[in-house]
Amino acid sequence: MSNNIRIINDATCTFCGCVCDDMHLTVDLDTNKITKAENACVLGRAWFKEHGIDKDRPFALIEGRDASTEEAIEASAQILANARFPLIYGLSDTTCEAQRQAVAIADMIGANLDTTTSVCHGPSGMAFEGVGESTATLGEIRNRADLLVFWGGNPAESHPRLFTRYTVTAKGMYIPQGKKDRTVVLVDVRRSPSAAVADIFVQVKPQRDFEVLWALRALVKGRRVDPAIEQVTGVSLATLEDLAQRMKNCRFGALLFGMGLTMTRGRHFNSGALLALATDLNEFTHFVAKPVRGHGNVTGADNVVSWQTGFPFGVNLGRGYPRFNPGEFTSADLLGRGEADAALIIAADPAANFPQSAIEHLKRIPVIVLDPKTTHTSKLARVAFTTATYGISAPGTVYRMDDVAISLRVALPSPYPSDENVLTRIKERVRELLGGNRVPAMSAA
Amino acid sequence: MLHIANGRVYDPANGIDGEVRDIYVANGKIVKDVPPKARRIDAKGLVIMPGGVDIHCHIAGPKVNLARKLQPEDHRHDVHPRTAFTRSGVGGTVPSTFATGYRYALLGYTTAMEAAVPPIGARHTLEEFHDTPVIDKGFYILMGNNVLLYKLLEQGRREEFREALAWWLAATKAYAAKIVNPGGDEAWKGRRNSNITKLDEKIESFELTPQQVIGALIEAVDELGLPHPAHIHCNNLGHSGNYTTTLETMRIAEGHRAHIAHIQFHSYGEVPGKSSHNPTSRAKEIAEYVNTHPNISADVGQVMFGKSTIMTADAPLAYMLARYTGGKWVNSDTEHESGCGILPFTYQDRVYTHALQWAIGLELFLLSKDPWRMVFSTDHPNGGTFMSYPRLIRLLMDREFRKEEMRKINPRALRQTALADGLDREYTLQEIAIITRAGPARLLGLVNKGHLGPGADADITIYDEDEDKERMFGAPRHVIKDGQVIIEDHEFRAEHQGRILHVSPDYDPKIVEVIRAFIDDYYSIRFNNYAVDDSYLGSHEVIPTLKQRSAAIAPGGG
Repeated sequence: MSNNIRIINDATCTFCGCVCDDMHLTVDLDTNKITKAENACVLGRAWFKEHGIDKDRPFALIEGRDASTEEAIEASAQILANARFPLIYGLSDTTCEAQRQAVAIADMIGANLDTTTSVCHGPSGMAFEGVGESTATLGEIRNRADLLVFWGGNPAESHPRLFTRYTVTAKGMYIPQGKKDRTVVLVDVRRSPSAAVADIFVQVKPQRDFEVLWALRALVKGRRVDPAIEQVTGVSLATLEDLAQRMKNCRFGALLFGMGLTMTRGRHFNSGALLALATDLNEFTHFVAKPVRGHGNVTGADNVVSWQTGFPFGVNLGRGYPRFNPGEFTSADLLGRGEADAALIIAADPAANFPQSAIEHLKRIPVIVLDPKTTHTSKLARVAFTTATYGISAPGTVYRMDDVAISLRVALPSPYPSDENVLTRIKERVRELLGGNRVPAMSAA
Repeated sequence: MLHIANGRVYDPANGIDGEVRDIYVANGKIVKDVPPKARRIDAKGLVIMPGGVDIHCHIAGPKVNLARKLQPEDHRHDVHPRTAFTRSGVGGTVPSTFATGYRYALLGYTTAMEAAVPPIGARHTLEEFHDTPVIDKGFYILMGNNVLLYKLLEQGRREEFREALAWWLAATKAYAAKIVNPGGDEAWKGRRNSNITKLDEKIESFELTPQQVIGALIEAVDELGLPHPAHIHCNNLGHSGNYTTTLETMRIAEGHRAHIAHIQFHSYGEVPGKSSHNPTSRAKEIAEYVNTHPNISADVGQVMFGKSTIMTADAPLAYMLARYTGGKWVNSDTEHESGCGILPFTYQDRVYTHALQWAIGLELFLLSKDPWRMVFSTDHPNGGTFMSYPRLIRLLMDREFRKEEMRKINPRALRQTALADGLDREYTLQEIAIITRAGPARLLGLVNKGHLGPGADADITIYDEDEDKERMFGAPRHVIKDGQVIIEDHEFRAEHQGRILHVSPDYDPKIVEVIRAFIDDYYSIRFNNYAVDDSYLGSHEVIPTLKQRSAAIAPGGG
């Protein structure tokens, strides 16, 4: 290691929704690498290690040929200004400042706007609209929760510091001994590595979460539940009764749930049942629920899209104002039906995780991608920008999974522009091409 | 430059009551004269007032965005289409940010204050403000349930208490300190969703009472010389019999300034009912106290019939209402700083309690003897949305219209109030100008707003005169912001960003280490990442404290 190093204290890791802001980074300025990330979990260490500055990457590719950022902006603006049904998608791994520009472009051209929320906790967003949510910041859970119920997730591997910094082992004002002062329950379809921290592990038959949640709601309300519930769910009535009692008797309970609920049979019904259970429990004690969010700023995307359009994801601006309809305006569905005629993908890789029919359509239409790395989607894109990694090379704001906004510190200055910079310039160029916002003509028909 | 000629001017701060005058504008300010080449706006037959100033509303930040997300059904019937240069959005009771800014401007409002932000939510609030066009805006931070402040107060460290308050205001770019249901959060979060009901009751986990918290914050705000006094949401909001708590709270403030928020919700008596106590009106007692105590000011928090959204830092109250509606409900706890509850709500004219609330608000307006201290609000969107302001103005100005509306409401409720005794006062245009702009601006300490004297910000609203005051105030002909004609002949002509209004009180740097230790030990974010840096301000204006103002004008002062 060279002597030319720089220390950044209290930097923020944007790898997952925990958005830990206590990273002490050691930066080797000669090799443009982060050599040490103190306090980072195994995922965070990999995140910082693998996002050095690779100066050999082209600034942009247009139809596979090297291009300048400027040329790529012109090509992108031409595509977007000429599209009749453009899709703007992604946004969960970039800053709020970039997200705001993306929504501005969507509003200007009348695009369909959607974020990766639609393929992770979108159902929780819909459940929220149906029943509301009792929730809390992570610090509140850390300081007060004496009962933690993790459901349909494996934080030990997906969000390691959720356990150590914010919940299970973290000590708090009213939880001075950390884990000793808490009861930890894990509910899942398999005994994942997260079970190691749990005092109680409840194994549910796959696809039966809804039934278990609904039975718990009944028990909490003092209703009778048929012991045959065990045949359906794999969980005995005695276990459910014990869990219901623990939930009613704790002082401050928290249900933290993952995509095991949202992306399996039942989807928003599962999330809704869980949120309703937490709400019901407030008749007896203080109880909160929290979706455990994946990407570093997917929560920011929900917030920005909501404050600008009124709706969190799956928004269509084609008629001159926002309309919300999951299933119709969510990207995987829309692409699967072959509906968009251009796509701007920001900090997401739908070609890696969308259904095949949607990917096939992406191959047929002009696609613009902004990403620090080569991705499956950038490989099929007509225009691919290399942008600076947020939280490492690009500053800005991100929202932790509990809606707390945090500012990022730059560790490695990058020669590549930020997403915000590229999107702002695309917006300005589209504005020139269109002469202002595209306003749909009123027709009598 | 502008020369607005021959309008009928209502500028109460400068003693101008409906005189035909010319108003001159240069460089965003009102001036004494402009050269003849200045653009001329013919205002003959039109009414000119300073731009409206909303002293208490909920328009941006964490709870507002949760309320937006919660109600797609509220948005889809009230869309706000884009134009060639304005952004699209949605309305309903919790409009999107762009729609909020445009719609305030369309009503002739040019300044609005978001009244309840947990300090840790300041960054979020400022981000939303950047997407809230036209109007100037600021926010109040919630300080009445702050755990570190409680600890300092409990230990008798009054000076550090004050310095910590100053640090928090400066670190978050806030405008004022807000107190909501002091002591309630610890009971709500720490004692199975209970609440605190008496001002001398012990607060859960602390050797403190709400009385001490209220007194200390009122004093500290005065000592810091903040432009706006402590802004207080009293304990027991909405509960029958709460007027005694309100009177007690106001008495704590003796010798100091204090502002009581949405005082209508705190003016209830009680009579025994079948299952519980029924509310009655105690507007007379409350109005009498405010009338005779010049240190106190209040905004009314009028209830308007129809759809509203309850959003409050008073979590136990929201829970009580959610159990009443049986509908969807949001609770959101913020570590060491606040609670929060949100739910959709509808006020119905035939429901006894709702009709009573509506009538009590009107009583307070009509019994008030000093319009400068009993100012206009609906606690948007709690009592009703800001889109109902024109209708409320008509209720105040038009006795016959008010009587028509009174005939529609629950008669049992009406009989409880002074409205039934022929309270037939009608507000004049000058009084409306006081309660909707000059008064709020003065209470906020915004010396350049709420009036049209030389040096004032050129925020000007020009109305067509109309017998129907709802129509008149619902659609001003021209709206000028910082000297720029934003709305002309009812149409948007220009985009405008508006400024962030905030304070930056000085504090003893020694307090930083006390706060750092607490945040690093007990918060989930690092102290070094807590304060909001200047990059979030954009266009902004620091409103000086008394001390800063006198230092600035003293010889040799900066």
